[in-house]
Amino acid sequence: MSAPFDFTLALGDDALIAAQRLGEWTSRAPEMEEDVALANIALDQLGAARLLLTYAGELEGAGRDEDALAYLRGDREFRNCLLVELPNGDFAVTMAKLFFLAAYQLPLYSALAGCGDERLAAIGAKARKESAYHLDHASLWVRRLGDGTEESHRRMQAAVDQVWPYVHELFTAAPGAPVDPATLRADFDAHVSAVLAEATLTRPADGWAPGGGRDGVHNEHLSYLLAEMQVLHRAHPGAKW
Amino acid sequence: MYGNDFAPPEEGPGGGLLGEVEAAEAALREAAARARRGGPAPDEDLEAYFADVIDADQKIEPRDWMPEAYRKTLIRQIAQHAHSEIIGMQPEGNWISRAPSLKRKAILLAKVQDEAGHGLYLYAAAETLGVSRDELVELLIEGRQKYSSIFNYPTLTWADVGAIGWLVDGAAIVNQVPLCRCSYGPYARAMIRVCKEESFHQRQGYEILHTLAHGTPEQKAMAQDAVDRWWYPSLAMFGPPDGDSTHSAQSMAWKIKRFSNDELRQRFVDMCVQQAEILGLTIPDPGLRWNEERQAYDYTQPDYDELTRVIKGDGPCNRQRMAHRRGAHEEGAWVREAAAAHAAKRAEKNKEKVAA
Repeated sequence: MSAPFDFTLALGDDALIAAQRLGEWTSRAPEMEEDVALANIALDQLGAARLLLTYAGELEGAGRDEDALAYLRGDREFRNCLLVELPNGDFAVTMAKLFFLAAYQLPLYSALAGCGDERLAAIGAKARKESAYHLDHASLWVRRLGDGTEESHRRMQAAVDQVWPYVHELFTAAPGAPVDPATLRADFDAHVSAVLAEATLTRPADGWAPGGGRDGVHNEHLSYLLAEMQVLHRAHPGAKW
Repeated sequence: MYGNDFAPPEEGPGGGLLGEVEAAEAALREAAARARRGGPAPDEDLEAYFADVIDADQKIEPRDWMPEAYRKTLIRQIAQHAHSEIIGMQPEGNWISRAPSLKRKAILLAKVQDEAGHGLYLYAAAETLGVSRDELVELLIEGRQKYSSIFNYPTLTWADVGAIGWLVDGAAIVNQVPLCRCSYGPYARAMIRVCKEESFHQRQGYEILHTLAHGTPEQKAMAQDAVDRWWYPSLAMFGPPDGDSTHSAQSMAWKIKRFSNDELRQRFVDMCVQQAEILGLTIPDPGLRWNEERQAYDYTQPDYDELTRVIKGDGPCNRQRMAHRRGAHEEGAWVREAAAAHAAKRAEKNKEKVAA
């Protein structure tokens, strides 16, 4: 994802698919405050996705707007990382996913805010403030669940173990990109290790590192997600909403 | 950014009613500024004092003495209102994943988030009456307290999201604007805030229908079908006709309610007819016509037997809505327990730190 279009599209897809998954929680959260928080984070991700996809469409110069990119691509054309398309699972899995995503997006958007592309810099500057909140929120829950009851500790550790392999893809080197993801790994590791330790959780060993999302080779979950997301838009070609 | 870039016609939804909300807000400030006499004298009859406050259009506040029946009525009404916000997230939440554009998805997510916020705000208002949110949530889950009958109808197409905004939120606002002047201060203040946000929602729903009604033939048909299905359930939201309403007289005397069910229903019909014309959609009532003498529209009453069935639990989605709410509550129990256990550990650690 080194060309500016590929890079911007990949970031936009990460945010869009994350928003879609978080939106699934609406009216299902463990407490009402959390319903508000999850919808809020979903909205932030969706807002970032709209800015990034709009800009990607402009970079591409083929006349595709945010909706053409979101609704009229198939799963082989999506460039999101596998992490965001994983099913929500229980609340611990959702928090593990959000925690790792935010710990990646915060340094990413921060670096983007200082990059040479003015549009990406502006998007980064806006999105990093939101990511900081997402990271705080997810870190809080990782600590609460990890250092809560026996049951919540067991579930949080299982969630971390389940999701951990998918973080490696986030940091695949892309030397030509506006921000090389490989440079973000140290920041990510520092924050994640500190929170896991406070949460009395064990950081999983590195090993299996699934990837392919950036090349449009996804897991089996994505096409179901897209089928649902795109069904109405595709049923009415050319309609305005 | 959330879609308010659409200028509705001057007489579009929200306009006049928002003015009433602002007037109620000003009246609330004036009532607070008028020096209220400082509580009852030691030997004064509390009931007489309470009646004085109500007569003077002052607000009853949480620490004031109030008749037990007034307290109970308010708890029932505010809790039912809060439950409605929380259950009401479901029919619209049903379309978040399938919203047909990213802008519409963002607007809908923000709306459902607002509803959760309204629910929290109303539970807090109910708590000022000496009941806990946990107790109220239990009453909802056990089916011992009600929520608005309207949320027992299914959202079958995207246009239903528009119809809910225009008709359901519209009916809610007509119902709630007078509550901005309700005699219980915390409820009146909650209603001012809720009505302002609801009127945005109503405008957004109207905008969805307007776009559909001016779109492809399939979109227009979808919009008309949604209005056909939501019209009568929305009229029924105002409750049974005045003759059959059990709570009305006392609530009016206490200035909790300001207008009767039928008065508010008429106001809603008169408002909608004009808006439907601008939308280019038909209200599904062959009996609808202007009555010159009454200066109001005659209309066909909703089926109150159906309303009774829905309230009793036999609407199309009652079981589904309750199962969903109960499911979320039960599946979240381990998370709430973890949060409580973690907070207790933290408190213990802080105590040790202070001791050391």
